[in-house]
Amino acid sequence: MNSSLLSLAIWTPIIGAIIVLMTGDDRNARIARPLALISAIAGLLVTIPLYTGFDNAASGMQFVEQYAWIKRFYINYHLGVDGISVLFILLNSFITIFVVIAAWEVVETKVAQYMAAFLMMSGLINGIFSALDGVLFYVFFEASLIPMYIIIGVWGGPNRVYAAIKFFLYTLLGSLLMLIALIYLFLSSGSFSILDWHQLKIGMGPQIYLFLAFLIAFAVKVPMWPVHTWLPDAHVEAPTGGSVVLAAIALKLGAYGFLRFSLPIAPDASVYFAPMMITLSLIAVVYIGFVALVQQDMKKLVAYSSISHMGFVTLGFFMIDSTTRMGSTLGVEGALVQMISHGFVSGAMFLCIGVMYDRMHSRQIADYGGVVNTMPKFAAFFLLFAMANSGLPATSGFVGEFMVILGAVKFNFWVGFLAATTLIVGAAYTLWMYKRVIFGEVANPHVAELTDINCREFLILGVLAIAVLAMGLYPYPFTDVMHVSVDNLLKHVAVSKL
Amino acid sequence: MLNEFVLPNLAPVYPELFLLTMACVILMVDVIMGAAYRGLVAALSLLTLFGCAVLTALTATGETTLTFSNMFVDDAFADLLKMLVYGAVATVLVYSRRYMRDRGLDKAEYYVLMLLATLGMMVMISANHFLTVYLGLELMSLSIYALVAMDRDSARSTEAAMKYFILGALASGLLLYGMSMMYGATGTLEINGVLQALAMGQANGVILVFGLVFLVSGLAFKLGVVPFHMWVPDVYHGATTPMTLFISTAPKIATFAMVMRLLVFGTIPLAEQWQPMLLTMAVLSIIIGNLAAIAQTNIKRMLAYSGISHMGFMLLALTTGVFNGHAALALEAYTSALYYVVAYVLMSLASFGMLLLLSRAGYEVETLEDMKGLNQRSPWYAAVMMFVMFSMAGIPFFVGFFAKLSVLLSTVAAGLVWVAVVAVAFSLVGAFYYLRVVKNMYFDAPSDVAPITASRDMRVLLSLNGIAIAAFGLFPQWLMDLCQEALARSLF
Repeated sequence: MNSSLLSLAIWTPIIGAIIVLMTGDDRNARIARPLALISAIAGLLVTIPLYTGFDNAASGMQFVEQYAWIKRFYINYHLGVDGISVLFILLNSFITIFVVIAAWEVVETKVAQYMAAFLMMSGLINGIFSALDGVLFYVFFEASLIPMYIIIGVWGGPNRVYAAIKFFLYTLLGSLLMLIALIYLFLSSGSFSILDWHQLKIGMGPQIYLFLAFLIAFAVKVPMWPVHTWLPDAHVEAPTGGSVVLAAIALKLGAYGFLRFSLPIAPDASVYFAPMMITLSLIAVVYIGFVALVQQDMKKLVAYSSISHMGFVTLGFFMIDSTTRMGSTLGVEGALVQMISHGFVSGAMFLCIGVMYDRMHSRQIADYGGVVNTMPKFAAFFLLFAMANSGLPATSGFVGEFMVILGAVKFNFWVGFLAATTLIVGAAYTLWMYKRVIFGEVANPHVAELTDINCREFLILGVLAIAVLAMGLYPYPFTDVMHVSVDNLLKHVAVSKL
Repeated sequence: MLNEFVLPNLAPVYPELFLLTMACVILMVDVIMGAAYRGLVAALSLLTLFGCAVLTALTATGETTLTFSNMFVDDAFADLLKMLVYGAVATVLVYSRRYMRDRGLDKAEYYVLMLLATLGMMVMISANHFLTVYLGLELMSLSIYALVAMDRDSARSTEAAMKYFILGALASGLLLYGMSMMYGATGTLEINGVLQALAMGQANGVILVFGLVFLVSGLAFKLGVVPFHMWVPDVYHGATTPMTLFISTAPKIATFAMVMRLLVFGTIPLAEQWQPMLLTMAVLSIIIGNLAAIAQTNIKRMLAYSGISHMGFMLLALTTGVFNGHAALALEAYTSALYYVVAYVLMSLASFGMLLLLSRAGYEVETLEDMKGLNQRSPWYAAVMMFVMFSMAGIPFFVGFFAKLSVLLSTVAAGLVWVAVVAVAFSLVGAFYYLRVVKNMYFDAPSDVAPITASRDMRVLLSLNGIAIAAFGLFPQWLMDLCQEALARSLF
């Protein structure tokens, strides 16, 4: 039976984007903005039944749709979600609304194109999370680069061209190798269905190549150390909305890829490479944490903090016991919670920086100081998000990190120990930045002239604050959705495919 | 004793006869009516192409029919390719009309030569005999040489025509020499006959291989693949933009047909010999075409090098058909090659059409600088050009992606994983220069702010062209089936 909810989730924002584009140039910006908001809200509304109608006890794919697309290669328009992917569709559609509102009066040039690019991005990303056909996944994965390239390049900072091209080529490099892996899987299985590939027996040699091809694609996207260098550039140059989508959603695509492709398709290679993955993740967690400490630019600091947090995610995925081949349920679930929480927190952090940037046109920490004196409401929100970023209990940041650390200590004490240092380093760089920017005497006349957040900004930050707190206090609705799927995945990985 | 003259079956050549007649009529019309009725000439040329399409559709039986003592063949493959050629030439005529008129180049010769070149292509496509191949090729080439030299006061055009002529003549010579060797070895000039002689294994191996090398070199020259590619950037750059548009589209289809006729229909038993040559050329073309394109500041040159790499991709698909003997995979491979050509022609039409759209009297758009800020001047045409660039780079949802995907599928299926990796790696290099065009259009401020003043028919057609690139990317099935069916009916 075909349900059309996922198609709606994908195509509602894209059609909205086309309608917004039709409003033409900036003379019609007053029409473009509300239209974009309506599309974004409609985009979220159509995803709500995905959560309310989701059967938490079922382990298979739900809301499945399947139509033949290209018969010659047995490529299908095949969509479906499980407990792992459904939350990201909701998160993505949710964040899109904030991106649209955040740009309301800030973006003044080519408004329609700006809004349309984000709506398109939103639809394409929903496509990535729901695709169950290899080529369909790839098509959405690649196509989502186009709007982001335009977003960074057109509305970005001074070095935007370099950042945009670097972003595009870096990501393309990874995904092209994945394309060959997909073709190889098609030729060995006669199908492009990801679910068929999960059942496919593959020898150790090919598994290793497949794992590496997927690794390059997803490691760039996550990004993992040492292929992370595009991210700080892209974040710093991107407009606020671009940074938010990049950090909150786009980075999750890579991590999601590990769960959908690497682990279930090449389980033996995953077990084989697990120590390497853990090492790379720990380097990201610890080393990048220290790199974040010395940043002068707030956006760069949050960008590095994102890489460090994503290190936690990959760590959680690959804590696989080498003898029982059983992954850590706590680790994977913690990582998934961390991904969603990071979506809220990093999105909020970038929005906060955007609020300051809109007023001061600077992201340098040194240009600020004593902001609390002129923007008290803003300082309160920023404090909450900074705390969540450093993993304070009762915020969403704590839940995921704690679960992963718990899993890590069970897995190996020293891995857990190293991972736990992030609680110190993370707190250090975030709070030190907070102190320098917000506290102290008013640093200069520009800061003295700052005005506090307006209604629009208050609304965005307020809703995100509620989300961060709610998830921190009561994470059960999130973990409950994913539990069966995660269990299922780990059991699948534990069985050799040789 | 003389044989009684028997009129050959003319039905398969109706389109050719019609085109030839109309070309003569158009020449007469122009002489009688004079320059004031140039519009009529243009309209008649388009009508002629339309008439040819109707005739081809009406005479298409789907069966293979031989006529003129087996020199001429009409099969599903020929019908499809001819239709594509009509479409491409008609599009070129629409795109180029205003450009030529603004520069006083829209003489009747222009239309007539274009139609004669089309006739040459049709003959090439339907050739079942080495001499017919050669006849068609020369008719096409000589018309194009003249067309390139059309702007005779321009030193650059004249130089390009000269280069094209000399190298083209050399290539024709190589081809002819190769054909003579084949004739020496097999005793026949008929493509079917050569196939039979080869299948029987009676031919002299050394002469055959010797001839094959010349044949392949000649074809490579015409396709413009490395190492026979040196003329491509110079001619693309030197010729007036409408001619570049023309050279890079319809003749590619005809040349593809020639390659198929000579290598696949004719000498497939020698595949083991020609396949490594083609593979080497394909890989080198992908590498060198993409690398050299990075250094170009002139869009026409850049697209020339990108065209070289695209032809490399096409050859790659063609090569993979013979790695594993069974018919299904070979058919897949040839379908991929044909689909790639169609995709390339679609993209090429739009890309050079874009340059024509932006050019105006006294102002040639041909450098990357000229694309700056196009998004501010016209968001829709910037989007069309963006479609083309991403399609050429092989990014979904555009037609170029599925073309590349099917080529890569064939390549990996043939066991050439390393070739696929190289092809993919250089696609990444290619993505850089396509992205640079998008960057100029979207990220930079315009250097030229004149409004776009193209005729309505061109605007509509170019928009449709852009939409087609996206639509065939979303729904590639129909076009792929069309290619596959035509090949399946003609080959097996």
